[in-house]
Amino acid sequence: MKNEIVKEKIGFGVLLAATLFIVIPVLLIIWLIISKGWSALSLEFLFTMPRNGMRAGGIFPAIVGTFYLVITSIAFSLPIGVAAAIYLSEYAKDNLLTRIINLAIINLAGVSSVVFGLFGLSLFVVFLKFGVSIISGALTLGIMALPVIITTAREALRAVPKSYREVSFSLGASRWQTIRHSVLPHALPGILTGAILSIGRVAGETAPILFTVAAFYLPQLPHSLRDQVMALPYHLYIMTTQIPGIPENYRYGTALVLVGLVLIMNVTAVVIRSKFRKKK
Amino acid sequence: MISKIKVRELTIHFGKFRALNNLSLDIHENEILSVIGPANSGKTSFLRALNRLNDFEPQMKMSGSIRLDDKDIQTDIEAEELRKRVGMIFALPIPLPLSIHDNITYGPRLAGIHDKRRLDRIVEESLKAAYLWDEVKERLRSSALKLSGGQQQRLCIARTLALKPEVILFDEPCSGLDPISTAKVEDSMMELRKSHTIVLVTNNTKQAARVGMRTAFFLTGELVEIDSTDRIFTAPSDSRTNDYIIGRFG
Repeated sequence: MKNEIVKEKIGFGVLLAATLFIVIPVLLIIWLIISKGWSALSLEFLFTMPRNGMRAGGIFPAIVGTFYLVITSIAFSLPIGVAAAIYLSEYAKDNLLTRIINLAIINLAGVSSVVFGLFGLSLFVVFLKFGVSIISGALTLGIMALPVIITTAREALRAVPKSYREVSFSLGASRWQTIRHSVLPHALPGILTGAILSIGRVAGETAPILFTVAAFYLPQLPHSLRDQVMALPYHLYIMTTQIPGIPENYRYGTALVLVGLVLIMNVTAVVIRSKFRKKK
Repeated sequence: MISKIKVRELTIHFGKFRALNNLSLDIHENEILSVIGPANSGKTSFLRALNRLNDFEPQMKMSGSIRLDDKDIQTDIEAEELRKRVGMIFALPIPLPLSIHDNITYGPRLAGIHDKRRLDRIVEESLKAAYLWDEVKERLRSSALKLSGGQQQRLCIARTLALKPEVILFDEPCSGLDPISTAKVEDSMMELRKSHTIVLVTNNTKQAARVGMRTAFFLTGELVEIDSTDRIFTAPSDSRTNDYIIGRFG
């Protein structure tokens, strides 16, 4: 009996150690970028154009660029993703076409991001003649985000108990009325979780924007979706590898801003989500 | 006696499983018909055929006919229209995550009624008919999820009544309720009978005996017998009915 207790304690310890092991890198990353990047943060750094070949001044255009890219790509991929998820979960029958679609979604999730970049270049930039622009980059990022959005939205819809649908049907509601008024409100928090996950991914990706939107150095703000922009992850890459003599805290400061921006957008989405949860 | 619903040679399969076999019976206007039987006897499948809720089961196949006021419910009536005329109360009370008021107006609003005063009147009438008005009239705007189980089930009854159905299907409506709540639901059933046709599926034979005017006994998807409740519970013509009622199986 005593032996069993010891065994359980050891097992528990191993599980705890594994859990702590996940936390350590997160804390280290946060500590690293804060300790090395905090000194770079200033109003000038956040809100002015880069100067002196990016060795001085701020990163304002990259912040604005990343913000634009996230908003535009989510505005594109969230409605399409949710619509597809509704179709797959509520309307599609289990047939060959549905299976092919599901297979395609899984494979889309497995495609590496640089391939998305190349695809965006050939489809949006060249073939559709959008040029290297926000719209090309956002569409590329949006397609990359679609599998996550579709999968989480579909699971959220499927998790809505059958009884809610039946109650709605039994009150004379049509299929669409049932989805609109009984199923979607329930699934919304889960759907927003998918959107939150993709915001982080979209904001942080470098490869898909490399050929489609990102500008090396563009000390001005975009005027329309057809303009190029700087973006934080690409800016970070350039500062780290392409330009000698940049103060170290500029790089870490940029990383800190990127992480912070994602955090702010996530918190906003979480607040919206909890509003919906409370409504229940 | 007028037959409200005529079921003829109804057979239902779910995939390979045969839930109902060649079932024929009539449901009279303004009666409470109790349907009793052990698990897998097909009583719930029967009930869900009456408002076409079985349609959503992907593997469902059905033959035979069900006529409501002499109109075939599969071909002559739209499913949404049918479900407004044939309401349903489920085993577990499932309030939608809305206020009491909005739960009751859910059906009418989707049916296109938006006049506020008319909706308010529907809410009051329905809640009164379900014996819930006095308990909730002060908090119609608060969440329906805050009500007790028995109140929730009466709310579900009120929600169904808001559509002014002609027939109400009760699918084991008291299985999760305590005896006092059960009595209240049964009271409202007795009251509703005056202006509605009621079909009650129940696992509780005593409940069938209390409220049913006629009782049908189902076994493995077949109708064993249907007769006045008194006869079924005192002198059934089939020995299997007697065995079930006195608790020899099921």
